Amino acid sequence: MEEAPHGAAGSGPSQRSVELGTALLTLLFGLIVVYGSWKVGFGWGADGPQAGFFPFYVGLIIVGCSLINLLSALREDPRVLFAEWGQLGQVLKVLVPTTLYCLAVEPLGIYLPSILLITVFMKWLGKYGWGLTAAIALGVPAAFYLVFEKWFLIPLPKGPIEALLGL
Amino acid sequence: MKHLHAFGLGAAAALGMSLLSLNPAAAWEPTKPVEFIVPAGTGGGADQMARTLQGIIAKHSLMPTQLIVINKSGGAGGEGFLDVKNSKANPHKIVITLSNLFTTPLATGIPFNWKDLTPVAMLALDEFVLWVNAEKPYKTAQDYVAAVKAAPDGTFKMGGTGSKQEDQIITVALEKAIGKKLTYIPYKGGGEVAVQLVGGHVDSTVNNPIEAVSQWRGDKVRPLCVFDEKTLPYTDKIQGDLSWSSIPTCKSAGVDVEYLMLRGIFMPPGVSQEQVDYFVTLFKKVRETPEWQQLMKDGAFNQTFMAGPEFKAWVEGAEKNHKALMQEAGFIAAAN
Amino acid sequence: MLDNFLNLWHGFYIAGDPFNLLLMVVGILLGVIIGVLPGLGGANGVAILLPLTFSMSPTSAIILLSCIYWGALFGGAITSVLFNIPGEPWSVATTFDGHPMARQGKAGEALTAAFTSSFVGAFVAIIMITLVAPLVASFALQFGPAEKFAVYFLAFCSFIGMSKEPPAKTIVSMMIGFALAAVGLDMVTGQLRLTFGFEELLNGFDFLIAVIGLFGIGEILLTMEEGLEFRGKAAKIDAKVVLRTWATLPKYWATSIRSCIIGCWMGITPAGATPASFMAYGIAKRVSKNGKNFGNGEIEGVVAPETAAHAAGTSALLPMLALGVPGSPTAAVLLGGLLIWGLQPGPMLFVEQKEFVWGLIASMYLGNLVGLFVVLTTVPLFAAILRIPFSIIAPVILVICAIGAYTVNNNVFDVVMMLVFGVIGYVLKKTSYPLAPLVLAIVLGDSAEEAFRQSLLGSGGSISVFWSNPLVSTIMALGLVAGFWTLISGAIARFRVAQPA
Repeated sequence: MEEAPHGAAGSGPSQRSVELGTALLTLLFGLIVVYGSWKVGFGWGADGPQAGFFPFYVGLIIVGCSLINLLSALREDPRVLFAEWGQLGQVLKVLVPTTLYCLAVEPLGIYLPSILLITVFMKWLGKYGWGLTAAIALGVPAAFYLVFEKWFLIPLPKGPIEALLGL
Repeated sequence: MKHLHAFGLGAAAALGMSLLSLNPAAAWEPTKPVEFIVPAGTGGGADQMARTLQGIIAKHSLMPTQLIVINKSGGAGGEGFLDVKNSKANPHKIVITLSNLFTTPLATGIPFNWKDLTPVAMLALDEFVLWVNAEKPYKTAQDYVAAVKAAPDGTFKMGGTGSKQEDQIITVALEKAIGKKLTYIPYKGGGEVAVQLVGGHVDSTVNNPIEAVSQWRGDKVRPLCVFDEKTLPYTDKIQGDLSWSSIPTCKSAGVDVEYLMLRGIFMPPGVSQEQVDYFVTLFKKVRETPEWQQLMKDGAFNQTFMAGPEFKAWVEGAEKNHKALMQEAGFIAAAN
Repeated sequence: MLDNFLNLWHGFYIAGDPFNLLLMVVGILLGVIIGVLPGLGGANGVAILLPLTFSMSPTSAIILLSCIYWGALFGGAITSVLFNIPGEPWSVATTFDGHPMARQGKAGEALTAAFTSSFVGAFVAIIMITLVAPLVASFALQFGPAEKFAVYFLAFCSFIGMSKEPPAKTIVSMMIGFALAAVGLDMVTGQLRLTFGFEELLNGFDFLIAVIGLFGIGEILLTMEEGLEFRGKAAKIDAKVVLRTWATLPKYWATSIRSCIIGCWMGITPAGATPASFMAYGIAKRVSKNGKNFGNGEIEGVVAPETAAHAAGTSALLPMLALGVPGSPTAAVLLGGLLIWGLQPGPMLFVEQKEFVWGLIASMYLGNLVGLFVVLTTVPLFAAILRIPFSIIAPVILVICAIGAYTVNNNVFDVVMMLVFGVIGYVLKKTSYPLAPLVLAIVLGDSAEEAFRQSLLGSGGSISVFWSNPLVSTIMALGLVAGFWTLISGAIARFRVAQPA
């Protein structure tokens, strides 16, 4: 792939190992699909295919092509980098807060985690002052509250704090 | 001066009233928007009824807060019912039911039963009518049944909504009454089924009146018989000289099949009697509005209203009935 | 025919009323907001406003509601271009070239092209509705399951084979899409499949959640890897961008006409706007002499899907009015609205409610013009959003994505699913698995399988149903030609390379 000529400039996982990992994952996915379809029946009944017929063959094709991808990944140059550790660190800087955010929506509702997420991004990654951070971190969720709940009457997930405030 | 005084008194009384309503001892009222779960997709019969209710309640200000319609159609409505089941003691949530209240848990094994919910009221019962394409030669149910009997098994195609739900249950009952197999083809929504009939892609349907009435008015489809014990009471002319009341019952046509579908309201488990009573009263008020009357007339609904123990007993009976019908048809999910 | 024009003239008279014009502007603005926020479908807007419209005449009410529909169609392109997040399903294909344009600092051009093409597509569709409404309605009636499957097949064949990625990866990606589309309740047998007892999977994988994750979140992760900024930042914003872009658009007349035809046709058949946009993009890519550059910010790659999506979205309203079958959830809620006002959509509507129908059609002409004007004035405004620093806009986009994923099914689990799709999107993109076939498979997989099996039920299991009448045979043949075209053109290209050597 063209994007990977970082060459030996830094260190990081090789493109080859990521390709191998991806192919193994799709292989696993294909096997799960095959198993699931096998459970509901994948035959061709009297009046056309059963519920599992299509997914079953789709799963088989995934398995087959994953094996091809696996083989071609094995032949790849192990020196080409997928990304440098530094770059992956950057990605994790977004991914970790976002993961925590998504997991926090269930117990805490959408508003409080949103405020925290914006604050973390602006303070930690953007190094903005508290004034601007607070304005945006509080303003954006408030705007969403108005648009969704007040205007379009779509209830968004809420947690204990909203319950205390009686919203 | 006297007027002013009276006005003052009135204001004081109004203030007293509003204070009273804040008092927990007074009758319960919703304090935030009430979610109205529709366990079916947009545009279907239940959805239309829910959105009509939303409109009526907003137009006549029958509730202090708003009613918000939310569709949760996943897993043949199982998603919506599970959501209500899991919202224990939440009085700001109601759900409208179709027959999938009974059929979905039986056919799919989704872990849920109507006893997990609190029954509120039956709003109406939806009728089913046997329809054929107007260009076909069958003028009566007898003609059609004779044609089906004369052809080999599976020649005639029946279109219906969903799989192992009310339309297919009726189809199986019909097959038993006639003694011939029909080919049942499931579609996503009732409107689509009616159009497939107009386009001649299926031979007959068992659409609800409201799903097919516009095609009937355009003389594209023809009603043969209604799956009820007596003919419908609505006498307004719809197509030519015909009205809903001119459709004979299927029983009189020699096909002894009866089926009515519940359009009822349920609440999450664990709500108080007071909260249930609030919604019973609310829907009683809705039934008196002209818009509701119009909907009943357009859709030729059976206007039976029930609440309390009477309703509960009816639902119990209906569940037994569905279980028997589905067992016979082989629609019950294998242990999963 | 003359009668139609007289009716239409009268319709203009009704729709041109100042109050109705005001309603149009309000409806369009509201629709644009709905289009911009993923998960907030036109159905929400229509449903919320429905109670408000009881005090108006049915014509005014339906003008307001249908303008929300137009606005949503227009607005879907905005986030696709700016952030690679399609606000509505039919703007996925717009991201393919629209977003690369924004990254090159040409967001203004991309938006102008998108809006103008939308307008052209919708306008052509309205003219078609005006001229041949009754004909179209009877044509739509001929579509049974077999014909529907043939249309999906054609849409698929016109789109595949467009990627330069390794074939095994393309196939894996497409098949993953089909597998995800199969999760949940099998409509034909009423059985649950591939849910493995998880209640969260009852609903299957919604297309929007996958797209928000794969494209939106995946894009943010890619951007992070390359440093903390959106590369569109350097874009010069000036008000003349609209005029400059307009000057270049006439060059693409052939693409426009082709996309209009595809769109109108797909809108009348029950396939709808999303497959239409993919199909128009796929064909434009093959036919255009710039085809190789598609995906790198080619303006033609914005024109083609947008024109088709709007032509389809507009012509889809016709089957709804004439047959009472809604082509989309939004149309379904409009349908509900008609019923509340005592207007029964169906064959009699055009006869009994002339004034209403022609008022609505006239409002389509005016509403689109008003809409184009409204959205074009917002181009510089929206393009300016890209100047906001990444560390402010990124968390806001993440929040919008989360809300969007939640509102699709009102399910918190979907928010987590969206994040998973985001990571998958990042990895797949880095390992050159194409995402477009995956998305197309999720969109079409379910409906195509359903139509296929309905056809077989009807024919008693005989495959010959797909060659049983001229209509279905023609569409299937076109599909096969489109499918084989890839192979043939590939062979020709190889032959040409071999010749000079």
